[in-house]
Amino acid sequence: MVSPFRQRVAWFVWTLVLVASLGAVRVLNQRAIARSQDDEGGRDRRFGFRLTESAKRRGVEFVHEGSTFDARLAHIMPQVASMGAAVAVADFDRDGWQDFYVTNSREGSFNRLYRNRGDGTFVDVASQLGVADVNQADAGVSMGAVWGDYDNDGWDDLLLYRYGRPELFHNEEGHRFVAVGERAGLPRWLNANSATWLDYDRDGRLDLFLAGYWPDSVNLWKLETTRIMPESFEYATNGGRKYLLHNRGDGTFEDKTQALGLTSHRWTLAVVAADLFGTGYPDLFLSNDYGVSELFANRGGTAFVDVALSSGVGRTPKSGMNAAVGDVFNDGRLAIYKTNISEPGVLVQGNDLWVPKAAASRSSTLKAQHSNTATTEYENLASSMGIDLGGWSWGAQFGDLNNDGTQDIYLTNGYVSAGERSSYWYDFAVIAVGHSQIIGDAVNWPDMKGRSLSGYQRKRVWLNDGLGRFTEVAQVVGVRDTYDGRAVALADLGNRGVLDVIVANQRGPLLIYENSVEPGRHWIQLELEGQASNRMAIGARVEMHWNGHMQAQEVAAATGFSAQNQRRLHFGLGDASTVDRVIIRWPSGRQQTIDHPHVDQLHHVKEPDGR
Amino acid sequence: MAADAQTLTPPGRMSASRLTLDSRYLPPLLITSILLSAHLSFGILEAWQKTAVAIVTAIGAELVMGRVTYGTWPHPASAYISGISAGILVRSPFLWPYFLTSLISITSKYVLRVKGRHLWNPTNFGVSAAVFLAPATITVLSIQWGNVVAPMAIIWILGSVIVWRVGRAHISATYVVSFVLLSFVRSAITGTPWLAAVAPITGPMYQLFIFFMVTDPKTTVRSRKGQCLVAFLVACVEMLLRLAEVLYAPFYALFIVGPIAMLVEIYREAPGLRPQAPALSVSAETRAPPD
Repeated sequence: MVSPFRQRVAWFVWTLVLVASLGAVRVLNQRAIARSQDDEGGRDRRFGFRLTESAKRRGVEFVHEGSTFDARLAHIMPQVASMGAAVAVADFDRDGWQDFYVTNSREGSFNRLYRNRGDGTFVDVASQLGVADVNQADAGVSMGAVWGDYDNDGWDDLLLYRYGRPELFHNEEGHRFVAVGERAGLPRWLNANSATWLDYDRDGRLDLFLAGYWPDSVNLWKLETTRIMPESFEYATNGGRKYLLHNRGDGTFEDKTQALGLTSHRWTLAVVAADLFGTGYPDLFLSNDYGVSELFANRGGTAFVDVALSSGVGRTPKSGMNAAVGDVFNDGRLAIYKTNISEPGVLVQGNDLWVPKAAASRSSTLKAQHSNTATTEYENLASSMGIDLGGWSWGAQFGDLNNDGTQDIYLTNGYVSAGERSSYWYDFAVIAVGHSQIIGDAVNWPDMKGRSLSGYQRKRVWLNDGLGRFTEVAQVVGVRDTYDGRAVALADLGNRGVLDVIVANQRGPLLIYENSVEPGRHWIQLELEGQASNRMAIGARVEMHWNGHMQAQEVAAATGFSAQNQRRLHFGLGDASTVDRVIIRWPSGRQQTIDHPHVDQLHHVKEPDGR
Repeated sequence: MAADAQTLTPPGRMSASRLTLDSRYLPPLLITSILLSAHLSFGILEAWQKTAVAIVTAIGAELVMGRVTYGTWPHPASAYISGISAGILVRSPFLWPYFLTSLISITSKYVLRVKGRHLWNPTNFGVSAAVFLAPATITVLSIQWGNVVAPMAIIWILGSVIVWRVGRAHISATYVVSFVLLSFVRSAITGTPWLAAVAPITGPMYQLFIFFMVTDPKTTVRSRKGQCLVAFLVACVEMLLRLAEVLYAPFYALFIVGPIAMLVEIYREAPGLRPQAPALSVSAETRAPPD
């Protein structure tokens, strides 16, 4: 038997343990908050760059307007019409300056194509060139756009995806755009929130991937039923179908979706195509709302196999909204950044940073081409690297914002900013837990009544220290807006050797954050042009070697959420004034090495002939 | 939750030792089968390591605290349920909440005691404290496990059979009926569709709450009527909290009502109170530690 004295001592000790544990919970919670948002201590530090909002000064005064669907959705309209603000960057007129296209979503509203004048200002030429008046209820309203030269004529064409009929605009040498979607064979109706160009079979022509969100049968303006909502908050498979359209080379596309094994009906919000298994063929990562992610491994251009489960990226259902790839450790491994929801006190999914456990070896690469499982396993390092808590996160992009030689992250967030003192979260959480018979019918969803849902959120700018930690510096470097952000695109708008940031906000103004990097930080940019490969070299992988460092990047079309960065690749070099070599693996499979390219300039590189 | 095994014996039906052996493992078996079936079917666990940390922490803390405090090794069934419950209910991208929630749950049993009885259901205390103190990093399971009716029906049936076998079905039934009836009241007051008001009870969080937490013999009063009254009061307080849009209303309601009911009973019985009621103690090994 234990003596009463010993029992009292034990009770005292356990009391201390209990108090300490409760205290530890509070402290660790506060520490996590401080890490995900810049703390006061950060104000004394210099991060080597500053972002200044400059849209109005540059002549860009665009405010996104939302859609209005069937009246039976009026009580939850801010939710169901919560997307459509998108931005896609390209030099559509080939004058050497980056232009961008932004989408609007109100029925009857106009999209904008901002041509870069080269003097720091922009002018809208969308109406003049025929890509403005594209939002009507009978054809659908814009959800996003992505540039790609599908006919290899050297001019970027524009794919517009909508809740409605997707459209393809052929670029007539920068002078006008001609709608060719019907002739090209695009789907008649598709409620899409993402699409991308990729050359999945490496035949030198860009193919098109389109991902439905709402089921194709739904016309949001003329509902046949109110049972259109996801059947589950995290296990829904009743979303839109996907399309992989093979480019025949004659201006038309062939639907190869089923033949290639892309049978998903999940609620896809973002897609990125990149060679994730080292096979030389682009794989597809789908960031899905209301469920798990999907990772379709490309088997030699003849099939896609979903390896999300075996690779680890598709085991936990969340609310995926973003897909971007970046070499966060400067070791050639491309990590996938997927954003989700984090709302204190309600739902803390945390964003995901899926990092390959090891770079693909030659043997695993060979094996990957014949396997039904992933040969590379991924682990989620978002929490340990401090980039997991980003609010209701939407678009995010990798890019070296301060030219220090590492890939940073710019993230925007916020869902519905309405009543500042009222929140819809309780009702949202209540319906979200309901069985499919309840959650699946819009009439069961409580009225929003002008309340906010994760509104007015602070953005995140995470600086990579290259050692496995990110520091949040948004407020310090000048990012202080609280709009409902959706798309983020990075581009060097002034040809200054820095990445500026364009942010498209839902029902809010388009923002351009001009980047000022402190002197003494070097950089190099590459603009690739394919010959045997597709003209825009989408899918090319570049490895930059300098001063003992190596960083890999791939040329991509869509990346982030409803966004497209500039296609030219930007590498910050820190204080290194020389580069050892650049290794380019073209989509055709050709490899090219360039020794000692000059720094602080843009290099145009054409794919060499022969092997 | 910690519906501790030793107290699940339905008094007066079979010999105490025989029933203890059977009943002791029923709740752990049920909750383990729920976890395994849900994870294998729908992959509910982000990382099994997190659940493992919660379980190991709970059992480890129980063994150490029981041994140090009472000089005997406590049976780990109760701690196992606490740990696995924390592992299922807690949702966080971090590992530490699983460790600390389990530790707080078990420690509360040894600290927050009045006249030999602990007041809070351990997991209820741990989870409530965790979500209250760390809202930015910890939430509670709040989604469906898939959309197939069959698994949910199996859990309801299995759970009902088990709480019936251990003589606790009336508590669960009282709570469920109260919740459903009061959801009409909430719907009328707020204008929310009734199906939305009643939706939470269709989720797995409530299955765990109804079968493992609100029925915990150690933290409920002894009389059958009293148990029903407490279950009804929990539902009433939950309704008030839900009207105030408190998301984790059932946990907080039990957190508030449970100890008050226990204190009322303890002080009403005070003159002749024994530290452990005879009907709830079944073996020398498990009498002393506060399972």
